[in-house]
Amino acid sequence: MDWYPLWNSVRIAAISCVLVFFIGIFAAYYVARLPRLIKGLLDVALTLPLVLPPTVTGYFLLILLGTKRPLGSFLLEHGVKFVMNWYGGILAAAVVAFPLMYRTARGAFESFDVTLAYSGQTLGLSNTYIFWRIRMPYCRQGILAGTVLAFARALGEYGATSMLIGYTPGRTATISTTVYQLWRTNDNIGALRWVLVNLVISTAVLLAVNLLERKNSGEVRR
Amino acid sequence: MLSVNIEKRLGKFRLQVAFEAAEGVTGILGASGCGKSMTLRCIAGIEKPDKGSIVLNGQTLFDSDQGIDLPPQKRRVGYLFQNYALFPNMTVKKNILCGLRGEKDSVKRQEALQHVMKLLQLEELENHHPSQISGGQAQRVALARILVNCPRLLMLDEPFSALDSHLREHLQIEMKLLLEKYGGTVLMVTHSRNEAYHLCDRIAPMDVGVFLALKPTKALFADPGTIVAAAVTGCKNIAAATKAGEYEVEVPEWGLRLTTGQPVREDVCAVSIRAHYFGVKTVQNRFPIYQTDEMEEPFEWIIRFRFNGQKERTPDIWWRLPKDCRPQKMPEELGVSPSDILLLYSK
Repeated sequence: MDWYPLWNSVRIAAISCVLVFFIGIFAAYYVARLPRLIKGLLDVALTLPLVLPPTVTGYFLLILLGTKRPLGSFLLEHGVKFVMNWYGGILAAAVVAFPLMYRTARGAFESFDVTLAYSGQTLGLSNTYIFWRIRMPYCRQGILAGTVLAFARALGEYGATSMLIGYTPGRTATISTTVYQLWRTNDNIGALRWVLVNLVISTAVLLAVNLLERKNSGEVRR
Repeated sequence: MLSVNIEKRLGKFRLQVAFEAAEGVTGILGASGCGKSMTLRCIAGIEKPDKGSIVLNGQTLFDSDQGIDLPPQKRRVGYLFQNYALFPNMTVKKNILCGLRGEKDSVKRQEALQHVMKLLQLEELENHHPSQISGGQAQRVALARILVNCPRLLMLDEPFSALDSHLREHLQIEMKLLLEKYGGTVLMVTHSRNEAYHLCDRIAPMDVGVFLALKPTKALFADPGTIVAAAVTGCKNIAAATKAGEYEVEVPEWGLRLTTGQPVREDVCAVSIRAHYFGVKTVQNRFPIYQTDEMEEPFEWIIRFRFNGQKERTPDIWWRLPKDCRPQKMPEELGVSPSDILLLYSK
């Protein structure tokens, strides 16, 4: 059995998850502090990939990055080609998973007791310290939940990925595109095998999160 | 020495505050929502005033004309929040060390930590999390965290409101001693006249968005001088009045003419009689009354009554008296000594 799709899926999901973690948190942090009108507009724009069909998101990505488009051809001149390359999958997965991280992180930040930040400031703590050592631990649960959701979504991404990088065995194949291809070519056993692999990974991730949660809550709260 | 002169608009609410606070405890006494906390936030640098200036010990913290607006980190102003704002993910010790991050020398840091933990009796709690300690202990931790940072100004925002009432008086005594040890300028915001009376050297009564004249605590309670000051210091019985003679005022709402202890100025606008000041045997300002209601407290009676000639739809008069002083039968007349008639002016 060729394990390439597993390796490819995991690296795409992991890298896009890290990207989404940081970008999502900072977007959530800054958007939460904007004036109401701009906040509403940005909120719609940033959440759109959640409600758009992933193929539509993929279509937009192709329009932006297609090798005949301005940005796509510019990148190609510098040796970067997202279309039909495995790292294009990172972009597709990140765009689709981003709203999950952004939304949950924003919800967590909005529940944060701002007097904690204020008291930190009056004690002379830097804003960076307050952010990483007080705000983030306080919002830990929401952020963790957002990260897990984003990872799971990235791992299961199909629509935008297949539009942008297609399916080339050994080059761009991911678990979800492989399942579809094997099923389409009447390889039921092969498809089932990858379905099981996917189930195992997802279950393991969720279990790990639950364990982590229990440990954390035991430490801080009685 | 703190000198504040600021203006800030928030929707329809307008804060316009000007005062100077010297060393010692200055109280800001006012009803909820009058802008007390907003004033403290502006001084701390958490909120930005629209215009004006804030100067602390000669250093300008904020000045809209000169474009100065120091961040809260640089103001060195201690702020005790209503809910104490302890960081829930850190132990008591780590919370206090947050106030010491400016101190780079680790030996000095440890010394300061031990000193403040001893001062506030926190040694046994150092490894507890905020969720594991009581409200009174949380207050001590928050104070330790602030004092260890050597603030040039200490601001207390309703310091006892988060505590059970039986703890409050006890902690007020501790707080008084601590504030004496601190010795610097302290601003305390409260809506409780008892807390203000116990702890403050001077009090500025606050109306919606504005400060009234700062007065020494005892002088303010003895002679509030304005309707707002009378209300925030706990006067229940306030009615409009006009001058009727050099030592006499006319109170139409109560249908009486009262003799006063102090000479009456032309611009008198109201009078007030504190609920404790009525006397069964007092002969001056003695008028017929009838009782309407009564309320029993642990050690006092609150009797509500009306003067016989009192206008309809005016509030009942409150009379408080110790339980053992209550006469067998409700008296038909009550008197007030002229010196207990408080004269109130618009300014």
